[in-house]
Amino acid sequence: MEDEVVLLDFWPSSFAMRVKIALGEKGIKYKCKQEDLFNKSTLLLEMNPIHKKIPVLIHNGKPISESLIILQYIDQVWNHKSPLLPSDPYQRSQALFWADYIDKKIYSIGRRVWMGKEDQEEAKEELMQCLKTLERELGDKLYFGGQNIGVVDVALVPFTTWFYSYETCGNFSIEAGCPKLVAWAKRCKENYRSVSEALPHPLQIYEYVMELKKRLGLV
Amino acid sequence: MGEEVKLFGYWASPYSYRAELALKLKGVSYEYINEDIFGNKSDLLLKYNPVHKKVPVLLHNGKPIVESLVILEYIEETWKHNPYLPQDPYDKATARFWIKFIDEKCFPTLWLAAWSAENEREKVTNEACEYLKTLESALNGKKFFGGETIGMVDIVASSVGYFIRVTQEIMGINLLSADKFPQLFQWSEDFANCSIVKESLPPRDKLLPFVKGLIAKYQQDNAKA
Repeated sequence: MEDEVVLLDFWPSSFAMRVKIALGEKGIKYKCKQEDLFNKSTLLLEMNPIHKKIPVLIHNGKPISESLIILQYIDQVWNHKSPLLPSDPYQRSQALFWADYIDKKIYSIGRRVWMGKEDQEEAKEELMQCLKTLERELGDKLYFGGQNIGVVDVALVPFTTWFYSYETCGNFSIEAGCPKLVAWAKRCKENYRSVSEALPHPLQIYEYVMELKKRLGLV
Repeated sequence: MGEEVKLFGYWASPYSYRAELALKLKGVSYEYINEDIFGNKSDLLLKYNPVHKKVPVLLHNGKPIVESLVILEYIEETWKHNPYLPQDPYDKATARFWIKFIDEKCFPTLWLAAWSAENEREKVTNEACEYLKTLESALNGKKFFGGETIGMVDIVASSVGYFIRVTQEIMGINLLSADKFPQLFQWSEDFANCSIVKESLPPRDKLLPFVKGLIAKYQQDNAKA
Protein backbone atom coordinates (compact mmCIF):
# COMPACT_ATOMS: atom_id res chain seq x y z
CA MET A 1 0.00 0.00 0.00
CA GLU A 2 1.41 3.34 -0.98
CA ASP A 3 1.86 6.08 1.52
CA GLU A 4 -0.06 9.27 1.03
CA VAL A 5 1.96 12.27 2.08
CA VAL A 6 0.68 15.84 1.85
CA LEU A 7 2.45 18.97 3.02
CA LEU A 8 0.50 22.12 3.84
CA ASP A 9 3.04 24.74 2.86
CA PHE A 10 3.66 28.44 2.61
CA TRP A 11 6.63 29.04 0.33
CA PRO A 12 8.43 31.82 2.32
CA SER A 13 8.18 29.90 5.60
CA SER A 14 11.54 28.70 6.95
CA PHE A 15 9.70 26.16 9.04
CA ALA A 16 8.02 24.63 5.99
CA MET A 17 11.36 24.60 4.13
CA ARG A 18 12.76 22.36 6.88
CA VAL A 19 10.12 19.74 6.14
CA LYS A 20 10.70 19.95 2.39
CA ILE A 21 14.42 19.36 2.90
CA ALA A 22 13.73 16.35 5.11
CA LEU A 23 11.23 14.86 2.65
CA GLY A 24 13.73 15.45 -0.15
CA GLU A 25 16.57 13.79 1.77
CA LYS A 26 14.47 10.74 2.45
CA GLY A 27 13.23 10.54 -1.15
CA ILE A 28 9.58 10.71 -0.10
CA LYS A 29 6.98 11.52 -2.74
CA TYR A 30 4.49 14.07 -1.52
CA LYS A 31 1.83 16.56 -2.61
CA CYS A 32 2.59 20.14 -1.73
CA LYS A 33 -0.41 22.37 -1.07
CA GLN A 34 0.18 26.14 -0.88
CA GLU A 35 -1.71 27.93 1.82
CA ASP A 36 -2.71 31.57 1.83
CA LEU A 37 -2.07 32.59 5.41
CA PHE A 38 -4.46 35.52 5.07
CA ASN A 39 -7.17 33.14 3.90
CA LYS A 40 -6.53 29.77 5.54
CA SER A 41 -8.09 26.71 3.93
CA THR A 42 -10.66 24.50 5.62
CA LEU A 43 -8.15 21.68 5.40
CA LEU A 44 -5.53 23.62 7.36
CA LEU A 45 -8.04 24.63 10.02
CA GLU A 46 -9.15 21.01 10.28
CA MET A 47 -5.64 19.55 10.37
CA ASN A 48 -4.19 22.08 12.79
CA PRO A 49 -7.15 23.45 14.74
CA ILE A 50 -5.13 24.54 17.73
CA HIS A 51 -2.43 26.67 16.12
CA LYS A 52 -3.85 27.03 12.58
CA LYS A 53 -0.28 27.19 11.28
CA ILE A 54 1.88 25.62 8.62
CA PRO A 55 3.75 23.41 8.08
CA VAL A 56 1.43 20.45 8.58
CA LEU A 57 2.43 17.03 7.32
CA ILE A 58 -0.50 14.77 6.60
CA HIS A 59 0.56 11.13 6.47
CA ASN A 60 -2.18 8.74 5.36
CA GLY A 61 -4.75 11.25 6.55
CA LYS A 62 -3.18 11.88 9.98
CA PRO A 63 -1.78 15.35 10.66
CA ILE A 64 1.49 16.18 12.36
CA SER A 65 2.34 19.80 13.09
CA GLU A 66 5.29 21.78 14.50
CA SER A 67 8.32 21.54 12.21
CA LEU A 68 10.82 19.92 14.63
CA ILE A 69 8.22 17.38 15.69
CA ILE A 70 7.57 16.66 11.99
CA LEU A 71 11.33 16.19 11.39
CA GLN A 72 11.58 13.68 14.24
CA TYR A 73 8.49 11.87 12.93
CA ILE A 74 9.90 11.68 9.40
CA ASP A 75 13.23 10.42 10.76
CA GLN A 76 11.52 7.68 12.76
CA VAL A 77 9.10 6.49 10.07
CA TRP A 78 11.45 6.67 7.07
CA ASN A 79 14.57 5.41 8.75
CA HIS A 80 16.05 3.65 5.70
CA LYS A 81 18.32 6.47 4.61
CA SER A 82 19.74 9.91 5.42
CA PRO A 83 19.30 9.89 9.19
CA LEU A 84 18.55 13.37 10.48
CA LEU A 85 19.35 12.60 14.08
CA PRO A 86 22.33 10.70 15.52
CA SER A 87 21.57 7.29 16.98
CA ASP A 88 23.63 7.88 20.13
CA PRO A 89 21.40 9.41 22.86
CA TYR A 90 24.02 11.93 23.93
CA GLN A 91 24.72 13.14 20.39
CA ARG A 92 20.96 13.33 19.85
CA SER A 93 20.53 15.48 22.94
CA GLN A 94 23.17 17.90 21.69
CA ALA A 95 21.51 18.09 18.26
CA LEU A 96 18.09 18.66 19.85
CA PHE A 97 19.57 21.34 22.10
CA TRP A 98 20.83 23.32 19.11
CA ALA A 99 17.64 22.80 17.11
CA ASP A 100 15.73 24.13 20.13
CA TYR A 101 18.14 27.09 20.40
CA ILE A 102 17.55 27.98 16.74
CA ASP A 103 13.80 27.68 17.29
CA LYS A 104 13.83 29.97 20.31
CA LYS A 105 15.95 32.69 18.76
CA ILE A 106 16.28 33.11 15.01
CA TYR A 107 12.69 33.60 13.84
CA SER A 108 11.61 36.09 16.50
CA ILE A 109 14.85 38.09 16.49
CA GLY A 110 14.98 38.07 12.69
CA ARG A 111 11.44 39.37 12.58
CA ARG A 112 12.36 42.32 14.76
CA VAL A 113 15.23 43.06 12.39
CA TRP A 114 13.20 43.14 9.17
CA MET A 115 10.23 44.93 10.76
CA GLY A 116 12.51 47.88 11.39
CA LYS A 117 10.85 49.36 14.47
CA GLU A 118 12.53 51.09 17.44
CA ASP A 119 14.13 47.86 18.65
CA GLN A 120 15.88 47.11 15.37
CA GLU A 121 19.40 47.98 16.54
CA GLU A 122 19.01 45.80 19.61
CA ALA A 123 17.63 42.99 17.45
CA LYS A 124 20.56 43.22 15.00
CA GLU A 125 23.02 42.81 17.86
CA GLU A 126 21.10 39.87 19.29
CA LEU A 127 20.93 38.23 15.87
CA MET A 128 24.67 38.54 15.32
CA GLN A 129 25.34 37.14 18.79
CA CYS A 130 23.14 34.11 18.08
CA LEU A 131 24.67 33.50 14.68
CA LYS A 132 28.17 33.80 16.16
CA THR A 133 27.23 31.26 18.85
CA LEU A 134 26.02 28.91 16.12
CA GLU A 135 29.14 29.53 14.08
CA ARG A 136 31.26 28.56 17.12
CA GLU A 137 29.24 25.38 17.48
CA LEU A 138 29.83 24.55 13.80
CA GLY A 139 33.56 24.99 14.34
CA ASP A 140 35.63 23.29 11.67
CA LYS A 141 32.97 20.73 10.78
CA LEU A 142 31.58 20.63 7.26
CA TYR A 143 28.07 20.57 8.65
CA PHE A 144 26.50 20.70 12.11
CA GLY A 145 25.70 17.03 11.54
CA GLY A 146 29.37 16.26 10.85
CA GLN A 147 30.16 14.80 7.43
CA ASN A 148 26.52 15.04 6.37
CA ILE A 149 23.66 17.39 7.15
CA GLY A 150 21.57 16.62 10.20
CA VAL A 151 18.64 18.12 12.03
CA VAL A 152 20.55 21.24 13.11
CA ASP A 153 21.55 22.01 9.51
CA VAL A 154 17.99 21.40 8.36
CA ALA A 155 16.64 23.62 11.16
CA LEU A 156 18.96 26.53 10.40
CA VAL A 157 19.63 26.63 6.67
CA PRO A 158 16.16 27.89 5.63
CA PHE A 159 16.72 31.07 7.63
CA THR A 160 19.80 31.81 5.52
CA THR A 161 17.53 32.60 2.59
CA TRP A 162 16.16 35.39 4.78
CA PHE A 163 19.63 36.84 5.45
CA TYR A 164 19.47 39.20 2.48
CA SER A 165 16.19 40.63 3.81
CA TYR A 166 17.58 41.04 7.35
CA GLU A 167 20.69 42.72 5.94
CA THR A 168 18.86 45.05 3.59
CA CYS A 169 16.18 46.08 6.10
CA GLY A 170 18.78 46.44 8.83
CA ASN A 171 21.58 47.87 6.74
CA PHE A 172 24.33 45.51 7.90
CA SER A 173 26.29 42.51 6.70
CA ILE A 174 25.86 39.06 8.20
CA GLU A 175 28.74 37.68 6.15
CA ALA A 176 31.10 40.26 7.65
CA GLY A 177 30.33 38.99 11.14
CA CYS A 178 29.84 35.30 10.35
CA PRO A 179 31.80 34.33 7.24
CA LYS A 180 32.02 30.64 8.19
CA LEU A 181 28.28 30.37 8.66
CA VAL A 182 27.60 31.97 5.29
CA ALA A 183 30.13 29.56 3.73
CA TRP A 184 28.33 26.64 5.43
CA ALA A 185 25.00 27.78 3.94
CA LYS A 186 26.57 27.89 0.44
CA ARG A 187 27.97 24.41 0.97
CA CYS A 188 24.55 23.05 1.97
CA LYS A 189 22.94 24.50 -1.15
CA GLU A 190 25.71 23.30 -3.46
CA ASN A 191 25.98 19.77 -2.12
CA TYR A 192 22.37 19.01 -1.26
CA ARG A 193 19.69 19.20 -3.93
CA SER A 194 17.04 18.86 -1.25
CA VAL A 195 18.29 22.17 0.17
CA SER A 196 18.68 24.07 -3.11
CA GLU A 197 15.21 22.94 -4.18
CA ALA A 198 13.52 23.86 -0.92
CA LEU A 199 14.99 27.34 -0.52
CA PRO A 200 13.51 30.18 -2.58
CA HIS A 201 15.91 32.79 -3.92
CA PRO A 202 16.75 35.47 -1.32
CA LEU A 203 15.37 38.16 -3.64
CA GLN A 204 12.02 36.40 -3.73
CA ILE A 205 11.97 36.43 0.05
CA TYR A 206 12.89 40.12 0.05
CA GLU A 207 10.03 40.88 -2.33
CA TYR A 208 7.70 39.00 -0.02
CA VAL A 209 9.02 40.88 3.04
CA MET A 210 8.48 44.25 1.37
CA GLU A 211 4.91 43.25 0.44
CA LEU A 212 4.33 42.14 4.02
CA LYS A 213 5.73 45.39 5.40
CA LYS A 214 3.37 47.36 3.15
CA ARG A 215 0.50 45.24 4.35
CA LEU A 216 1.48 45.85 7.96
CA GLY A 217 1.77 49.58 7.33
CA LEU A 218 5.50 49.60 8.08
CA VAL A 219 6.51 51.24 4.83
CA MET B 1 29.69 -0.37 35.48
CA GLY B 2 29.13 2.59 37.77
CA GLU B 3 27.00 5.31 36.30
CA GLU B 4 27.51 8.80 37.53
CA VAL B 5 24.35 10.86 37.36
CA LYS B 6 24.13 14.37 38.79
CA LEU B 7 21.34 16.89 38.51
CA PHE B 8 21.88 20.60 39.01
CA GLY B 9 18.53 22.04 39.94
CA TYR B 10 16.62 24.46 42.09
CA TRP B 11 14.14 23.11 44.62
CA ALA B 12 11.33 25.51 43.55
CA SER B 13 11.87 25.32 39.80
CA PRO B 14 9.13 23.55 37.85
CA TYR B 15 11.65 22.83 35.08
CA SER B 16 14.09 21.27 37.49
CA TYR B 17 11.24 19.24 38.93
CA ARG B 18 10.48 17.67 35.53
CA ALA B 19 13.99 16.23 35.34
CA GLU B 20 13.83 14.91 38.91
CA LEU B 21 10.50 13.21 38.36
CA ALA B 22 11.76 11.57 35.18
CA LEU B 23 14.83 10.16 36.95
CA LYS B 24 12.67 8.88 39.79
CA LEU B 25 10.21 7.23 37.38
CA LYS B 26 13.15 5.39 35.83
CA GLY B 27 14.56 4.48 39.24
CA VAL B 28 17.88 6.11 38.41
CA SER B 29 20.07 7.09 41.39
CA TYR B 30 21.43 10.56 41.14
CA GLU B 31 23.16 13.21 43.16
CA TYR B 32 21.14 16.39 43.46
CA ILE B 33 22.92 19.72 43.62
CA ASN B 34 20.77 22.71 44.56
CA GLU B 35 21.93 25.82 42.72
CA ASP B 36 21.51 29.27 44.21
CA ILE B 37 19.94 30.64 41.05
CA PHE B 38 18.79 33.89 42.60
CA GLY B 39 22.11 34.52 44.23
CA ASN B 40 25.32 33.02 42.96
CA LYS B 41 25.32 30.45 40.20
CA SER B 42 28.16 28.00 40.66
CA ASP B 43 31.14 27.85 38.31
CA LEU B 44 30.14 24.32 37.45
CA LEU B 45 26.68 25.40 36.31
CA LEU B 46 28.16 28.12 34.13
CA LYS B 47 30.66 25.62 32.74
CA TYR B 48 28.03 23.00 31.87
CA ASN B 49 25.41 25.41 30.53
CA PRO B 50 27.33 28.34 29.07
CA VAL B 51 24.63 29.21 26.54
CA HIS B 52 21.62 29.58 28.83
CA LYS B 53 23.23 29.47 32.31
CA LYS B 54 20.11 27.84 33.75
CA VAL B 55 18.92 24.83 35.67
CA PRO B 56 18.22 22.00 35.23
CA VAL B 57 21.47 20.50 33.98
CA LEU B 58 21.83 16.73 33.87
CA LEU B 59 25.37 15.42 34.08
CA HIS B 60 25.75 11.81 32.93
CA ASN B 61 29.22 10.36 33.31
CA GLY B 62 30.59 13.89 33.11
CA LYS B 63 28.64 14.91 30.01
CA PRO B 64 26.09 17.72 30.36
CA ILE B 65 22.58 17.80 28.91
CA VAL B 66 20.53 20.98 29.30
CA GLU B 67 16.98 22.22 28.63
CA SER B 68 14.34 20.26 30.53
CA LEU B 69 12.60 18.81 27.47
CA VAL B 70 15.89 17.71 25.91
CA ILE B 71 16.82 16.14 29.26
CA LEU B 72 13.51 14.24 29.38
CA GLU B 73 14.08 12.82 25.88
CA TYR B 74 17.64 11.87 26.81
CA ILE B 75 16.54 10.07 29.99
CA GLU B 76 13.88 8.18 28.01
CA GLU B 77 16.40 7.02 25.41
CA THR B 78 19.16 6.15 27.84
CA TRP B 79 17.16 4.22 30.44
CA LYS B 80 14.70 2.29 28.32
CA HIS B 81 12.64 0.56 31.04
CA ASN B 82 9.41 2.22 32.29
CA PRO B 83 9.00 4.14 29.02
CA TYR B 84 7.11 7.41 29.30
CA LEU B 85 6.84 8.16 25.60
CA PRO B 86 4.75 6.02 23.22
CA GLN B 87 6.61 3.80 20.74
CA ASP B 88 4.28 4.45 17.82
CA PRO B 89 5.65 7.37 15.75
CA TYR B 90 2.29 9.09 15.40
CA ASP B 91 1.43 8.80 19.10
CA LYS B 92 4.92 10.02 19.94
CA ALA B 93 4.47 13.06 17.67
CA THR B 94 1.11 13.74 19.35
CA ALA B 95 2.70 13.58 22.82
CA ARG B 96 5.45 15.96 21.71
CA PHE B 97 2.80 18.32 20.31
CA TRP B 98 1.08 18.54 23.72
CA ILE B 99 4.40 18.91 25.49
CA LYS B 100 5.28 21.88 23.29
CA PHE B 101 1.79 23.34 23.78
CA ILE B 102 2.13 23.18 27.55
CA ASP B 103 5.67 24.50 27.54
CA GLU B 104 5.15 27.39 25.11
CA LYS B 105 1.55 28.41 25.61
CA CYS B 106 -0.19 26.93 28.62
CA PHE B 107 2.38 27.31 31.34
CA PRO B 108 3.82 30.74 30.43
CA THR B 109 0.35 32.29 30.06
CA LEU B 110 -0.87 30.81 33.33
CA TRP B 111 2.25 32.05 35.05
CA LEU B 112 1.66 35.52 33.57
CA ALA B 113 -1.96 35.47 34.66
CA ALA B 114 -0.95 34.75 38.24
CA TRP B 115 1.60 37.57 38.29
CA SER B 116 -0.07 40.18 36.15
CA ALA B 117 -1.24 43.55 37.35
CA GLU B 118 -4.96 44.05 37.99
CA ASN B 119 -5.63 45.96 34.79
CA GLU B 120 -4.05 43.32 32.53
CA ARG B 121 -5.32 40.35 34.40
CA GLU B 122 -8.63 39.80 32.63
CA LYS B 123 -7.13 39.57 29.15
CA VAL B 124 -4.32 37.23 30.18
CA THR B 125 -6.68 35.16 32.29
CA ASN B 126 -9.07 34.67 29.36
CA GLU B 127 -6.20 33.53 27.18
CA ALA B 128 -5.04 31.16 29.91
CA CYS B 129 -8.53 29.68 30.22
CA GLU B 130 -8.65 29.00 26.50
CA TYR B 131 -5.38 27.12 26.77
CA LEU B 132 -6.60 25.13 29.75
CA LYS B 133 -9.74 24.16 27.84
CA THR B 134 -7.59 22.95 24.95
CA LEU B 135 -5.25 21.07 27.28
CA GLU B 136 -8.21 19.40 28.94
CA SER B 137 -9.33 18.05 25.55
CA ALA B 138 -6.03 16.16 25.32
CA LEU B 139 -7.03 14.09 28.36
CA ASN B 140 -10.03 12.77 26.44
CA GLY B 141 -11.40 10.71 29.31
CA LYS B 142 -8.05 9.22 30.28
CA LYS B 143 -6.77 9.27 33.84
CA PHE B 144 -3.39 10.67 32.83
CA PHE B 145 -2.19 12.18 29.57
CA GLY B 146 -0.04 9.06 29.26
CA GLY B 147 -3.07 6.77 29.72
CA GLU B 148 -3.24 4.55 32.81
CA THR B 149 0.16 5.68 34.00
CA ILE B 150 2.13 8.92 33.98
CA GLY B 151 3.77 9.76 30.67
CA MET B 152 6.03 12.55 29.48
CA VAL B 153 3.08 14.89 28.89
CA ASP B 154 2.09 14.46 32.55
CA ILE B 155 5.63 15.15 33.67
CA VAL B 156 5.67 18.42 31.74
CA ALA B 157 2.10 19.28 32.78
CA SER B 158 3.24 19.12 36.42
CA SER B 159 4.17 22.76 35.96
CA VAL B 160 0.51 23.49 35.29
CA GLY B 161 -0.99 21.10 37.80
CA TYR B 162 1.02 21.74 40.88
CA PHE B 163 3.01 24.93 40.56
CA ILE B 164 0.24 27.03 39.13
CA ARG B 165 -2.21 26.00 41.81
CA VAL B 166 0.20 27.19 44.45
CA THR B 167 0.63 30.56 42.76
CA GLN B 168 -3.12 30.94 42.32
CA GLU B 169 -3.75 30.36 46.00
CA ILE B 170 -1.39 33.18 46.79
CA MET B 171 -2.94 35.56 44.28
CA GLY B 172 -6.46 34.61 45.27
CA ILE B 173 -7.47 33.90 41.67
CA ASN B 174 -8.92 30.59 40.69
CA LEU B 175 -8.08 29.48 37.18
CA LEU B 176 -7.77 25.72 37.42
CA SER B 177 -11.05 25.16 39.23
CA ALA B 178 -13.06 21.96 39.53
CA ASP B 179 -16.22 23.49 38.09
CA LYS B 180 -14.54 25.16 35.09
CA PHE B 181 -12.22 22.28 34.21
CA PRO B 182 -13.49 19.12 35.90
CA GLN B 183 -11.31 16.64 33.99
CA LEU B 184 -8.14 18.70 34.29
CA PHE B 185 -8.76 19.42 37.94
CA GLN B 186 -9.26 15.70 38.62
CA TRP B 187 -6.07 14.96 36.71
CA SER B 188 -4.10 17.40 38.87
CA GLU B 189 -5.44 15.71 42.03
CA ASP B 190 -4.64 12.22 40.73
CA PHE B 191 -1.22 13.37 39.60
CA ALA B 192 -0.29 14.99 42.90
CA ASN B 193 -1.49 11.88 44.75
CA CYS B 194 0.83 9.47 42.95
CA SER B 195 3.33 8.28 45.53
CA ILE B 196 6.32 8.95 43.33
CA VAL B 197 5.08 12.47 42.67
CA LYS B 198 4.16 13.11 46.33
CA GLU B 199 7.69 12.19 47.43
CA SER B 200 9.35 14.55 45.03
CA LEU B 201 7.18 17.66 44.80
CA PRO B 202 8.52 20.65 46.71
CA PRO B 203 6.51 20.95 49.93
CA ARG B 204 3.58 23.32 49.61
CA ASP B 205 4.28 24.99 52.94
CA LYS B 206 7.77 25.91 51.71
CA LEU B 207 6.76 26.81 48.15
CA LEU B 208 3.90 29.11 49.12
CA PRO B 209 5.97 31.63 51.15
CA PHE B 210 8.77 31.40 48.62
CA VAL B 211 6.57 32.34 45.65
CA LYS B 212 4.88 35.01 47.81
CA GLY B 213 8.30 36.50 48.39
CA LEU B 214 9.13 36.43 44.68
CA ILE B 215 5.86 38.13 43.73
CA ALA B 216 6.26 40.77 46.45
CA LYS B 217 9.76 41.59 45.25
CA TYR B 218 8.58 41.70 41.63
CA GLN B 219 5.76 44.08 42.52
CA GLN B 220 8.15 46.22 44.53
CA ASP B 221 10.62 46.42 41.63
CA ASN B 222 7.83 47.25 39.20
CA ALA B 223 6.38 49.93 41.45
CA LYS B 224 9.73 51.70 41.46
CA ALA B 225 10.08 51.55 37.64
